[in-house]
Amino acid sequence: MEEIKDVILQYVIDEYLEDDDDEITYDTPLISGGYVDSFSMVSLKMFLENKFKIKLPDDKATPEAFDSVNNIVALVKEFTD
Amino acid sequence: MSNIGSYEDKIKNFDWSISEKELNYQDGNIINIGWYCSDRICQMGKADKLALQWEGFGGVEKKYTFNDIRLAGNTIGTFLRNLGVKNEDRVCLFMDRIPELYLSFLGVLKIGAVVQPLFSAFGDESLHVRLENAQTRAIITQKKHLSKVRRILDKLPSLEHIIIVDHYTSKPLQDKEVSLNLEKEPPVEEFNIFPTKAESPSVLHYTSGTTGQPKGVKHVHYSLISQYLTTKWVLDLQDNDIYWCTADPGWVTGTSYGIIGPWSLGITQCVLNTGFSAEAWYKFIEKYRITVWYSAPTAIRSLMKAGQEPVRNFNLSSLRHLASVGEPLNAEAVIWSEKVFGIPFLDTYWQTETGSIMITNFPGMKVKPGSMGKSFPGIISTIVDAKTFKPYNEYGKIGLIAFKPGWPAMMRTYWNNDKMFQRKFKNGWYLAGDRASIDKEDYFWFIGRDDDVINTGGHLVSPFEVESALLEHEAVSESAVVAKPDEVNMEVVKAFITLKPGYEASDDLELKIMNFIRKKLSPLAMPQEIEYMDSLPKTRSGKIMRRILHAQEWGEEIGDTSTLEDEE
Repeated sequence: MEEIKDVILQYVIDEYLEDDDDEITYDTPLISGGYVDSFSMVSLKMFLENKFKIKLPDDKATPEAFDSVNNIVALVKEFTD
Repeated sequence: MSNIGSYEDKIKNFDWSISEKELNYQDGNIINIGWYCSDRICQMGKADKLALQWEGFGGVEKKYTFNDIRLAGNTIGTFLRNLGVKNEDRVCLFMDRIPELYLSFLGVLKIGAVVQPLFSAFGDESLHVRLENAQTRAIITQKKHLSKVRRILDKLPSLEHIIIVDHYTSKPLQDKEVSLNLEKEPPVEEFNIFPTKAESPSVLHYTSGTTGQPKGVKHVHYSLISQYLTTKWVLDLQDNDIYWCTADPGWVTGTSYGIIGPWSLGITQCVLNTGFSAEAWYKFIEKYRITVWYSAPTAIRSLMKAGQEPVRNFNLSSLRHLASVGEPLNAEAVIWSEKVFGIPFLDTYWQTETGSIMITNFPGMKVKPGSMGKSFPGIISTIVDAKTFKPYNEYGKIGLIAFKPGWPAMMRTYWNNDKMFQRKFKNGWYLAGDRASIDKEDYFWFIGRDDDVINTGGHLVSPFEVESALLEHEAVSESAVVAKPDEVNMEVVKAFITLKPGYEASDDLELKIMNFIRKKLSPLAMPQEIEYMDSLPKTRSGKIMRRILHAQEWGEEIGDTSTLEDEE
């Protein structure tokens, strides 16, 4: 599980963080914190689906479910277990 | 009692001098929006009244009185003047919704320079083409967006000053960069406001068309006359109101009605600078006792999607008036808001080029859910035939929305593109680019755009711009971009592409291309879906036929395909 966490965190850092000085953790609010907007959630969802070979239903891909790396891990786990 | 009172009376006796008199403006006088939004309010005895209640991530709060925003505007204006920025220079504001964005808006106007607000989520290419077109001389930004500016700086010889409002680290600044820490700058009490006149340029907003690069819509200080009165009569702002406009000032609603309208009336406004969530928004309304709320259909539909449960957890009884803008407000959203909040969202219609509300539902007027409402007093609106550009005499006929030119906030031209500006006028009418009909009671009913521009979440995206950016990806050979229906955003961007030899269609490649566009243009322009094609439908002359792909997405009849190139 640690590995999934780190893969997602690194992807978010690489793709969505503009400021090198910004530091995010597994609990940093991504959506409500303004790091990932609602339009970009689509590409984040696609990353998760491609990377973990899962299909996330749209009604599960909510701003709340995507609001932190820990939340995302819980969502991914729901569909990989 | 609403500010407008009787709509019928106002229509009969209307003249824009009503607004001029209330603002003590006479033809030929100095008129400076920065002064009207701060100094004048202080002179009216409201210096200590709260102008801005701001909240950011983690519940951080900041408050500014009208005297505070007056001083901040002076301080920023002085800072810019000391750099050598002068009247009519373009100064770009490239920030999230932080207080410095709102305060800089006043400071730039006070020195007679032109504000060029740009959405902070724009990627490198989107930023570059807009700064290049405007020959922007200075940009005010945040540390988090600085890397985008640095990456394009070499291509922008006109850009002389990069002002960073939150440079708190010891990291050295680079060439042309300068720090402005508003909290450490001594407040400037005495300031010579530049004597702008009615036709002096004020704000330059960029908008997208079907073809060509984005266009800079030039507005002037006289636009205040429309913006003041429409705010008063449509948004119905009264002295004790607490107002929240959810629009970002990177777009026209965020300046016309997120800065100029409320502050020229001396109204307290709230700004929330966090990402969207239904809970956070309701909490914000409850916490600050917001009374008037101006939002957008996409946000309203997102709230609908979150359901009624979150609403029950908050006391939203302070709300007394709701309005919406950006895209047509569907009837379901009107009915839902009436049920949930006890009052309906009222649709307002206007666009970047019009500068102020043109067709709208007014407080106290009968609401027809799904309708755009009626013309604002002084605005002559009609529906014209798409070929002859003559107004229809019959009700219910679908044609183009057209306005008789001459209202104060109307754009004066497109920046460096007067030819394109002139093309917006036919047979003496300004054409808005939208289709609609009028019913027997003079209510307008929106049908759709008259071009290929994509309206996603209330923001216009040019298919041409996305198609061009797609072609810059190493794997893409050809591209076509259309709107795809979407439950929340009304429309989203969908791309059809063919690949160059050596590349294979895959989900990973799709994601790479999506992220490429997101960073180059913006998250709004990022295709939410990419479809791989062996070939794109083209005319015999080789022009890609977007309309066929559009029809396919919307389940419409494809129509005449006689000019399609022969299939091999």
